Amino acid sequence: MSDLLSVRDLRVTFSLRRQGAMPWARPTLLHAVNGVEFTLRAGETLGIVGESGCGKSTLARALIGLVPASGQAEWIDGRDLLALTPRQMMAYRQDIQMVFQDPLASLNPRMNVGQIIAEPLVTHRPDLPRAEIRARVRAMMEKVGLLPNQINRYPHEFSGGQCQRIGIARALILEPKLVICDEPVSALDVSIQAQVINLLIRLQKEMGLSLIFIAHDLSVVKHVSDRVMVLYLGKVMELASAGALYASPQHPYTQALLSAVPVPDPTIEAARTIVPLKGDLPSPLNPPSGCVFRTRCPRAEARCAAEVPALAGGDHAVACHFPGPLTEAEIARAREVA
Amino acid sequence: MALLDITGLSVGFQTHDGIVRAVQNVTLSLDQGETLGIVGESGSGKSQLSFAIMGLLARNGHASGSVRFDGQEILNAPPKVINRIRAEQIAMIFQDPMTSLNPYMRVADQMAEVLVLHKGMSKREAVAESVRMLDAVRIPDAKGRVRLYPHEFSGGMRQRVMIAMALLCRPRLLIADEPTTALDVTVQAQIMQLLADLRRDFGMAMILITHDLGVVAGSCERVAVMYGGRIRETGPVQPIFADPAHPYTQGLLDAIPRVDQPDEELRAIPGQPPNMSRPPSGCAFEPRCPYRRAECAAIDPPLEDFAPDRARACLAGLDELRDRRMRVEPRPDLVAAGDGAAETDLHAADLPEGAVAGAGAAGSTLSPRKETRP
Repeated sequence: MSDLLSVRDLRVTFSLRRQGAMPWARPTLLHAVNGVEFTLRAGETLGIVGESGCGKSTLARALIGLVPASGQAEWIDGRDLLALTPRQMMAYRQDIQMVFQDPLASLNPRMNVGQIIAEPLVTHRPDLPRAEIRARVRAMMEKVGLLPNQINRYPHEFSGGQCQRIGIARALILEPKLVICDEPVSALDVSIQAQVINLLIRLQKEMGLSLIFIAHDLSVVKHVSDRVMVLYLGKVMELASAGALYASPQHPYTQALLSAVPVPDPTIEAARTIVPLKGDLPSPLNPPSGCVFRTRCPRAEARCAAEVPALAGGDHAVACHFPGPLTEAEIARAREVA
Repeated sequence: MALLDITGLSVGFQTHDGIVRAVQNVTLSLDQGETLGIVGESGSGKSQLSFAIMGLLARNGHASGSVRFDGQEILNAPPKVINRIRAEQIAMIFQDPMTSLNPYMRVADQMAEVLVLHKGMSKREAVAESVRMLDAVRIPDAKGRVRLYPHEFSGGMRQRVMIAMALLCRPRLLIADEPTTALDVTVQAQIMQLLADLRRDFGMAMILITHDLGVVAGSCERVAVMYGGRIRETGPVQPIFADPAHPYTQGLLDAIPRVDQPDEELRAIPGQPPNMSRPPSGCAFEPRCPYRRAECAAIDPPLEDFAPDRARACLAGLDELRDRRMRVEPRPDLVAAGDGAAETDLHAADLPEGAVAGAGAAGSTLSPRKETRP
């Protein structure tokens, strides 16, 4: 299968001015995304997980040009998305759409549902007659489980789950090739969350979409993704198929993350060993030298502080000098320290 | 004698839309040192239940029934009485540690205030005690950090400060309202571990309010499942997860993806939660229930014991649930079943009583607030 998108050395750097600093003082640089590489195949779902502040949302925004980024993001036709001018990017926006976290905040409260869903069509396909647009909007509403007779209602009249369906309809109306979902179900209740996940999976099959699915909930990501990428402080720690990553995580961070996920079963919960991480997430303004995870890693050695580990290992790629399952002694030590 | 005895507690809010019945006829008891999980989705009334216990309802709220703490009636008690109980006997921690701490006060000052007010300590003693408590919740370098402002702490550390503050007077009951919802999983694991350790050390009882069944499974002894303002099922944690006796509990468990199991399709619960300003006449879960029968639309079954220490409020047979003999095969990702009533007409005012209109539920600004997890 060909790669829809291949990203190389993607970096997003924010330059921060300290308050009260002299005008000639150099601004501090914050590397929100620091050399991320991955490929996305057509029809595939890539899950991106990580804790808050790891750069997962920034990565998504960089891909559709909402924040400036450096590096390369090669689209299937060979063009580098990051090198496009805003005008050129317009053409590609038809193929790349986004679904946001807060369902209500991402919809314009003064537009009705019909206008919201039609807007991408009106923008990108001005040649379409109005009747055609209206027909497509109705068809799309039906597809995402909204009643077409709700077309004249406003976002505040809908519940969170329904607003998210509107957001999905808006993203899909142009029949894009790639949809980037940034925490699409985090704001929803459990029962509604399952509805929206099922909807996304069904639409993906029907329309042959590729998805980049960003979430902090590891169980949700496991459920929807073909492959999963783990981010920490703007760097990829591990990238593998969902099955391999969850069954045999190699990076100590992935193992710690997975061990912390609560399981709705009291028997398993009672037996669960959590690998605690010591301390807090380091400040991204002043990341640790070498491996960014080393300050909290139960396995860190001198080499980890000196050398940045490269992401290596083909299908199951790990960025660690000493990958592999944590031993019981290491887990015990981690529990002692924390 | 039970530490906390709640009988027939109802909470209503007077709104211009009529009365919103957030909690209806809840009966619960909690023993010394016990942990009770209250599970439910947004708008199920779980938070209002705890606010009513603490006397923290909004001005338009009214609670009726009885809440006895250690034999003393505390529901609608005069401020003088409830203020003694609050903090000294019952403490509460909230979901968002940033908005629950005073941003203008140093941590030392806001913590010391509690002790000066309730225990009559001097400021110096109070600060020393605060530092000891910050140590107990494992804040590194507590002595130095006590001089900081809340915004100088990370989210997890702020929640630790909240917990430390709640424990200052050594309460006998801690009510934790979604204590880890705003936190990352690794931090959540630390905080839950901390709460378990502290509970053991201080011999405290705890009510844990959450929507996360995983957290409940890990830290509670008993569970009450709330839906539409009422308890639908209650019992010890093991059997509820292994053998849920209410369709809603079963639905919730089916709807969560799990990290520890291979994938199946999620069975979502169709429809929307009910709008409590127009509560359904029968069982609130009826429009979404795959086991519903004709009677369900008219009768709201009471919570009845069906096994030792277990109770449920449902008309469907236990064997039906166990064998999953569903009467309605829902298509959860398509038009929600609960929206059926809204299909014919779009105006909320025309909805028949009990219709589950997504529109009405989200539209009324006075309905219980939405929870957002960042």
